[in-house]
Amino acid sequence: MNTKKRQVNWLHYIISLLIPIALLLNIPASLAAKTDYMLGQQKMKIPANNQATPARIALGKALFFDPRLSGSNWISCGTCHNPALGWSDGLPTGIGEGQQVLHRSTPTILNTGYNRHQFWDGRERTLEAQATGPIQAGVEMNQTMGVLIEELELIKGYKPLFEAAYPGEGISEDTIGKAIANFERTIVSDYSAPFDHWVRGKKDAISASAKRGFELFDGKARCNFCHQGHNFTDDGFHNIGLPNTDDPGRYAIAKIAILKGAFKTPTLRDIARTPPYMHNGAYATLEAVVEHYNEGGKNKSNLSPNMKKLNLSKQEKADLVSFLNTLTDKQKEFSLPILPN
Amino acid sequence: MKIKSFVGIVAGGLILCSQTILAKEFIIDQKDKAFIVNGKLADSYSVKVGDKINFRNMDPWFHNIFSLSDIKTFDLGSYPQGEARPVVFDKVGRVEIECAIHPQMFIEVDVTD
Ligand code: HEC
Ligand code: HEC
Ligand SMILES: [Cu+2]
Repeated sequence: MNTKKRQVNWLHYIISLLIPIALLLNIPASLAAKTDYMLGQQKMKIPANNQATPARIALGKALFFDPRLSGSNWISCGTCHNPALGWSDGLPTGIGEGQQVLHRSTPTILNTGYNRHQFWDGRERTLEAQATGPIQAGVEMNQTMGVLIEELELIKGYKPLFEAAYPGEGISEDTIGKAIANFERTIVSDYSAPFDHWVRGKKDAISASAKRGFELFDGKARCNFCHQGHNFTDDGFHNIGLPNTDDPGRYAIAKIAILKGAFKTPTLRDIARTPPYMHNGAYATLEAVVEHYNEGGKNKSNLSPNMKKLNLSKQEKADLVSFLNTLTDKQKEFSLPILPN
Repeated sequence: MKIKSFVGIVAGGLILCSQTILAKEFIIDQKDKAFIVNGKLADSYSVKVGDKINFRNMDPWFHNIFSLSDIKTFDLGSYPQGEARPVVFDKVGRVEIECAIHPQMFIEVDVTD
């Protein structure tokens, strides 16, 4: 009698323990999935010798928008990475010095501070190293570093800006790259998009269609195999089977078979602001992008094994597009710097 | 008593044999875009010459494990969740192993005598 009673008590105890655990584990699957895309899960890696200061950011902002950084004194970083066009240029592929058409599209600068690799093929690791590349690239800004440093030395107003930002270091390739990187790290999502409000619990922040779109994105449509986390990227490289491309992509950097035609997974933050899409500007609209994925990619040669035909209905495709449109932050004013003379 | 010691001797013998004759076999998992050894994140591991490591994909998406190190180059290709592919480490030295798809995935295997 006594032992039986004790057993019952134990059972009670175990069950009462199990119920809350089961409840915890069972929290609506969609909530658990939503939080995968919340902010604060990934920290920006900032080099120890280039921590942010207001002087460094101000200098970087001036340099970013200064066309005198180019050989023609006509193109700045901001010409292609234009804040009015989602920090891109609205073109299928970039256009540089002498109106030369580049082979790849201009990615947004938004959230590049979180990138583990810069460029479509990930050939640079840091923003510091990346920044001075386009200045010297013939097709982009066509400027030699020696000449640029001489020119900047002659602009009186730059001296105090460099001195305030990097005391005693002077004007050099190193300080130019470091300042621009500091400015770029300030161009980040503020998570004011309807999607973020919904994740934080505002039930009517997005439409029913967008909610269904999210479930597809995070489930049947398998977008989350590659677009993960708050910045919607796995920092990985995939060949998604785009048409009209003979670009080797990441394979030029690492000769592993799967990387032929593979490119970096881009952020989807503010995606509605940056058409056309893909490294070669293949698609003008998000509808066309979703159609591409629905078909499991157009060009099947060396296609990523993560790409599959999706067989989405017309409604499901529309839902996915609705969801993608909820990833755009509230529009913010951006003021251009007055450049030193 | 007799049986116990007999079992002990056999078991001990087996363990000894497996150490000297049979090379060991290990599993390194790929999970959440990281290398996992015995349930823990790992960026280094050591084995003896002749040992085998099975690289097992535990993620729903594909990985592509490879190395271009001097003493060992291999490209395991990509394979689905639950599947594992083996690499035998036949020379002494350091082998740097990465995933081609997710370059943040990195583990160094130290192969010793
Ligand atoms: C002529 C247009 C053009 C100009 C000018 C230009 N860029 Fe770019 N930018 C591009 C293109 C195109 C790419 C992609 C190139 C590639 O991946 O091979 C790119 C890539 C980048 C990236 C990588 C983003 C990512 O997500 O991988 C950064 C950062 C960047 N540029 C910053 C700058 C800075 C800083 C300057 C000025 C010093 C600059 N760009 C000038 C067109 C331009
Ligand atoms: C196999 C990995 C993978 C999967 C799965 C995937 N994407 Fe992508 N996505 C990428 C890569 C890589 C790119 C860039 C490809 C390129 O330009 O070569 C990209 C580009 C995009 C772009 C264009 C971004 C830009 O700025 O140009 C959008 C939009 C997009 N994906 C949405 C989706 C949606 C929606 C799904 C699900 C239906 C999805 N992706 C599934 C890897 C993936
Ligand atoms: Cu991987």
